[in-house]
Amino acid sequence: MAVSTTTAPSAAASDLGSLLTTALLTLFIMAVGIIVSVVFAVGAYGLVMLILPAYKLIGAVAVMILGVAACFGYYWGSNRLLDTIYPAYGANIGANITKANAIRPWLFLGPAVVILTIYLVYPVFNSVWLSFHGPAGRNWIGASNYQWLAGDGGFRESMRNNILWLFVVPAAATFFGLIAAALTDRIAWGNVAKSLIFMPMAISFVGASVIWKFIYDYRPEGSDQIGVLNAVVTFFGGDPQAWITVPFWNNFFLMVVLIWIQTGFAMVILSAALRGIPEETIEAAIIDGASPFQIFYKIKVPQIWGTIAVVWTTITILVLKIFDIVLAMTNGQWGTQVLANYMFDWMFRGLDFGRASTIALVIMVLVVPIMIWNIREARKDVR
Amino acid sequence: MSTVVGQRPALTWAVNLAVLLLVVIWTVPTFGILVSSLRDKDQIAVSGWWTALFPSEQNIVARTAPPAEAEREGDNWVLRGNVFESGSGRISAFGVSIQQPSEFEPGEVAEMRGGGTATVEENGDYVVTYSEQPEDTRGERIFVTAREAPKFTLANYRTVLLSEGIGQSFINTLTVTIPATVIPILIAAYAAYALSWMQFPGRALLLAVIVGLLVVPLQMSLIPLLRLYNDVGIGKSYIGIWLAHTGFGLPLAIYLLRNYISGLPREIIESAKVDGASDFEIFRKIVLPLSFPALASFAIFQFLWVWNDLLVATVFLGNNEEQLVMTGRLRELLGSRGGNWEILTASAFVAIIVPIVVFFTLQRYLVRGLLAGSVKGG
Repeated sequence: MAVSTTTAPSAAASDLGSLLTTALLTLFIMAVGIIVSVVFAVGAYGLVMLILPAYKLIGAVAVMILGVAACFGYYWGSNRLLDTIYPAYGANIGANITKANAIRPWLFLGPAVVILTIYLVYPVFNSVWLSFHGPAGRNWIGASNYQWLAGDGGFRESMRNNILWLFVVPAAATFFGLIAAALTDRIAWGNVAKSLIFMPMAISFVGASVIWKFIYDYRPEGSDQIGVLNAVVTFFGGDPQAWITVPFWNNFFLMVVLIWIQTGFAMVILSAALRGIPEETIEAAIIDGASPFQIFYKIKVPQIWGTIAVVWTTITILVLKIFDIVLAMTNGQWGTQVLANYMFDWMFRGLDFGRASTIALVIMVLVVPIMIWNIREARKDVR
Repeated sequence: MSTVVGQRPALTWAVNLAVLLLVVIWTVPTFGILVSSLRDKDQIAVSGWWTALFPSEQNIVARTAPPAEAEREGDNWVLRGNVFESGSGRISAFGVSIQQPSEFEPGEVAEMRGGGTATVEENGDYVVTYSEQPEDTRGERIFVTAREAPKFTLANYRTVLLSEGIGQSFINTLTVTIPATVIPILIAAYAAYALSWMQFPGRALLLAVIVGLLVVPLQMSLIPLLRLYNDVGIGKSYIGIWLAHTGFGLPLAIYLLRNYISGLPREIIESAKVDGASDFEIFRKIVLPLSFPALASFAIFQFLWVWNDLLVATVFLGNNEEQLVMTGRLRELLGSRGGNWEILTASAFVAIIVPIVVFFTLQRYLVRGLLAGSVKGG
């Protein structure tokens, strides 16, 4: 108030100055908090290791406890430091509280922002940079990785298969999920049924691959089949097949695994959406003489399109990254390669970080439309 | 709705049957490996697991002791023994040539091509008789069709836990999973509180960025982080993978927790502020306890995700005994023991049992988290 005569530009300058001070102070407190708590944790770990014999389990437990303690220590310590610099008492109490309130959110957000930046934001830019570089990521080679990609047979095969997966898996999982949701809501033991259909969600992709590889197991004609699928096929008079080596169709046998896992997810979410439909619309339809099928397809499904879209996109993102199932079941042989596994191949067997990064970028580009849609939906939600 | 169905018994039946069919299809695969993992390893290899409760019919090729060891009995030289090397069973037929492996009934006398006769009793005892002293040192081949009683055993589990390294991998997985679940919760909870109840410039932008990061594919991060770890000197270590899982789990954690924490009643938080509580105290004493359901939801998600992860562990952990996690071991076994279903099924079952137990006991929170994550925002 005292400086009411100051002109506008210098007010902006002093604003900028105080903003800079706030920012620097925030960084300073954050850095002190992180460094002090990490040093404390490492020191305590050293002490524990010195006193106790180096059993692996003790070490692991100690690291766990100290890691959590360091996290708490950071939040507690940085807050204390801030309150010491701007104490909420004394002469400048009002100004101090305002200043402290400008800094505190960033202390709370600090670790999250740092970790997100290092683990998710920086890698996107680094991958772009790497895609213009050679195998070891040192020499600049222009766009030749992209040229290679355009003409590469393995990449084309992966793209074709990923597109197949993209069409089949979200559609099938959502469809079965919808059916399961609609049916289980109508019966007495519906919750038990739901639990059992939902269960594969807890099983790892590798575990599921073992389970399904056992189902697809093949024994030569004449001997007893120990895989369920071939047993059924021979029971009905067919010839046993080594299913995961049958060109083209083997892709679908791999997709079945993911559909099996994801149906439960779709079911749970769609069932909640179905239960959220206003009773009146259904009662009105019943009074008008609609059959149960008409009620389902013409009254219920149109009202949950939004949720169906959410389920569909969630599974789509999962499919774009699908990796474990292909790696464990075929490792991309017999025409089943997909992008994520192809990238892994170039990373670990091809040892070409440039090419692998280029493939990763392709996956990223495929995800971007969904990302934008998600952000728009979320912003609508916040408003 | 139920009244509508109630009026149509046929439809009720159809619905029940359809659900039953779905449930059977969705559980049989898992049930199959559970049953198989408990069966005798020789039986797994020759008969389907669905026959586990019935005696299995097996074609065995047995070899007798070397004819040169035959003992003299009267005018003849005789070899005695049993076709079952271990265990027991019942013989339903036997033969002495590969073309007709079940030519004779038990107890009948078969003429062998190289001279001599052979008889196999129902319990597997064989008697081979020669009229002249034999000199062969290779045993005669006898083909038998045996019915073996169903055998269940825990031996497969003993094998995989002790000698196939699954036990060690179980501990490794646990070492990865627990800190990788706890650390992101703590960091995300503070961030979620700031994003819900504190005013600062750029809040909306930060939220949008986090929603965007939710779908960034993991594959993007692998190579840059691997290089970064090597430059910094973290290399392949548990610290490295904990932080990696923390980073990959944070967007979902912040998103879920923010949805929940911003929905807490405004009056509670404002009256605490009026009473002079600082943000730090409000978070610790009011928000954290009230958010327990959301924290539990995310904890289960993260636990299942880290426990079941293969990709991150393969990239950021080594392949040695001290660091190989269960999913990695399972994948290795699929490669090296592709046909040994007794080992694969038992290993797979050890690997999936913990998540399944967690799943069934804490399903309520998992469902709540799924709904909060997908229906509200998306």
